[in-house]
Amino acid sequence: MSDFLIVNVLIPLFQIGVLLGILGLAAGYIVLAERKILAFIQSRLGPMRVGPHGLLQPIADVVKLLLKEDLIPSGVNRAIFLISPVIVVVTAFTTLSLVPFGEGITLFGYHIPGVIADVNVGILLILGIGGLGTYGVILGGWSSNSKYPLLGALRAAAQMVSYEIALTFAVISGLMVAGTLSMVGIVEAQRDMGLWFVFVQPVAWGIFTIAMVAETNRAPFDMPEAESELVAGFFTEYSGMRWALFFLGEYSAMLVMAAINVTLFWGGWLRPFPGVESLAFLDIVPSGAWFILKVATFLFVYIWIRGTFPRYRYDQLMRLNWKSLIPLAIANVLVTGLVMLLVG
Amino acid sequence: MLETKEFELNMGPQHPSTHGVLRLVLYLDGETITDIETVMGYLHRGTEKLCETRNYYKNVPFTDRTDYLAAPYNNLGYVETVERLGGWEVSERALYARLAIVELSRIASHLFWLATHALDIGAQTMLFWCTREREVILDFFEAALGDRLTTSAFRPGGLRRDLPEGWADAVLDFCGSFPQRIEEYETLLSTNRIWLERTVGVGVISGEDAAALGLSGPMIRGSGVDYDIRRALPYGGYDQMEFDVPVFPDGDSYARYLVRMEEMRQSVRIVQQALARMPEGPITAKVPKAMRIKDPVEAYHIVESPRGELGYYIIGGNGDTPYKCKIRAPSFCNLQAIGPLCKGHLIADVVTVIGSVDIVLGDVDR
Repeated sequence: MSDFLIVNVLIPLFQIGVLLGILGLAAGYIVLAERKILAFIQSRLGPMRVGPHGLLQPIADVVKLLLKEDLIPSGVNRAIFLISPVIVVVTAFTTLSLVPFGEGITLFGYHIPGVIADVNVGILLILGIGGLGTYGVILGGWSSNSKYPLLGALRAAAQMVSYEIALTFAVISGLMVAGTLSMVGIVEAQRDMGLWFVFVQPVAWGIFTIAMVAETNRAPFDMPEAESELVAGFFTEYSGMRWALFFLGEYSAMLVMAAINVTLFWGGWLRPFPGVESLAFLDIVPSGAWFILKVATFLFVYIWIRGTFPRYRYDQLMRLNWKSLIPLAIANVLVTGLVMLLVG
Repeated sequence: MLETKEFELNMGPQHPSTHGVLRLVLYLDGETITDIETVMGYLHRGTEKLCETRNYYKNVPFTDRTDYLAAPYNNLGYVETVERLGGWEVSERALYARLAIVELSRIASHLFWLATHALDIGAQTMLFWCTREREVILDFFEAALGDRLTTSAFRPGGLRRDLPEGWADAVLDFCGSFPQRIEEYETLLSTNRIWLERTVGVGVISGEDAAALGLSGPMIRGSGVDYDIRRALPYGGYDQMEFDVPVFPDGDSYARYLVRMEEMRQSVRIVQQALARMPEGPITAKVPKAMRIKDPVEAYHIVESPRGELGYYIIGGNGDTPYKCKIRAPSFCNLQAIGPLCKGHLIADVVTVIGSVDIVLGDVDR
């Protein structure tokens, strides 16, 4: 077999296979982790029955959901109703192919990079494709032909579009320091600088972190699915595996957002303080492990927030975004530009 | 030209945050509420009519099932009314035992209110923290009364049976540690920005309007009206207790939250005093085995239940069954505040208001 075929077809296929396998499993286990961590915050045990300490719970859940009747309510717009969960999942999975997990490994003499596609406009592409995920939510809520999902979808439309603006401006501040749009390039820029960007752009990081929670519809910004108000929000009418797809999409989106946050602000796969020589012994830990550790930390923060805070009201959420986050983000971009101009 | 039209949304009777089977018809302009219609009656069991068919003793379990989150308080209201009706005495020991039990039930009720109210606003963790402490109180009920929720705690003349040994000490232990728990809840909520934004200025009602609507309990004390039946018309030994009546003037959901949080602290004080004063002796006074009232007499008696003014109006004279038993349920009267409180607010505020009014549908519909 020619090298060309191996490098361009086999290795990507292998990467995709590994990623899909890991992602499917990871989403399930993030759900379990969430239930466990929330349980500990709330002084209870969480799932304990399936496997030791409930470790097989995600598998049991998937089996249950797969065996459920595929219910399509009468009166829905069938085609759109069927396709919208798929949109959510596909967009979330696709963006993950652009995230660098590590430096890569060498297997049988071939270098397997830590990212499936190192595109030169990587982060732009991630935001673009991720933005499409909003359609899944909106269409899913609208096509259900039911009132609560409709309200949920309307909220989702407004919220996700608004917070994307703050998110993007926060990203721009980071990009200005990095000088590249490529995800791998961003990490390399941090390596060359010897400093994680969070220390250079703390404000942008704060805005990004708040906006990413809102963008993924997580508490305290879980308006579109606000359980106590809108029953289940945009996926009220969904059940079985289609409902699970929305969940899979949500948890994958959490993963992607945490990964972007880590890549952009927390040095991606780099060890802590990459510029300090005396900490070089930390390099013994594989780069991928650093990345996973950092992402896991962010996922924990997501869950921690959910266990602590009440939910914002819809108008307050919008006010927070338009009156605080976006002006702050824009100002941050301007200040960054000014400093770069003066310092050079 | 695109047209906009009013959006009619049915909230309940099956909805996660209508606290039972309340149905609200919301008329919406976007997410703003222009009008609201409260529909009740899904839990009507004809309790008042049923009370006419059983004798005075056997009616007690019916009263559990009205306000099931504070069953002992309903028992107290009914039993004290019957005692007034027949001129029967209550034993001294039972008087203070009752006082301790009903104030524990006030704590339990407020805890569950806080749990569900916070859950409605999205603070999940409160549900589990509050039910953890409520569980302890329910265990006390189980030990003393034989049941956790539908306690059927009292009978005319006293209690069914004496308190178990060591019960009072266990309760006092709990009273010692519980105020610390309240502080824990408050660290999570009272100064939390999101909690403040969700409750301050939401569902405002002035003291005058509240009185005009016949509201009572924390609803009216949160609007600056200093009216607590435990102090205004003392009954069941409250005149010998030292406690403060918290009153907050703002009339919004946050004020009602503050009232209830403070009431829990005061209830702890009352429980401690009641148990300290409880003498030894018989738990039931001498009352006839079969209560018969031949002459037509009537009695109306109000008590301050966790939800407000709970009244029992009983007409005797029908032998051993009441001729008529009317229940003035606090939830029923407070329910009518939901409409005026919600108007002009957003959907999310409806659940805040329902939570802060603290209705129990069993009490509303009876």
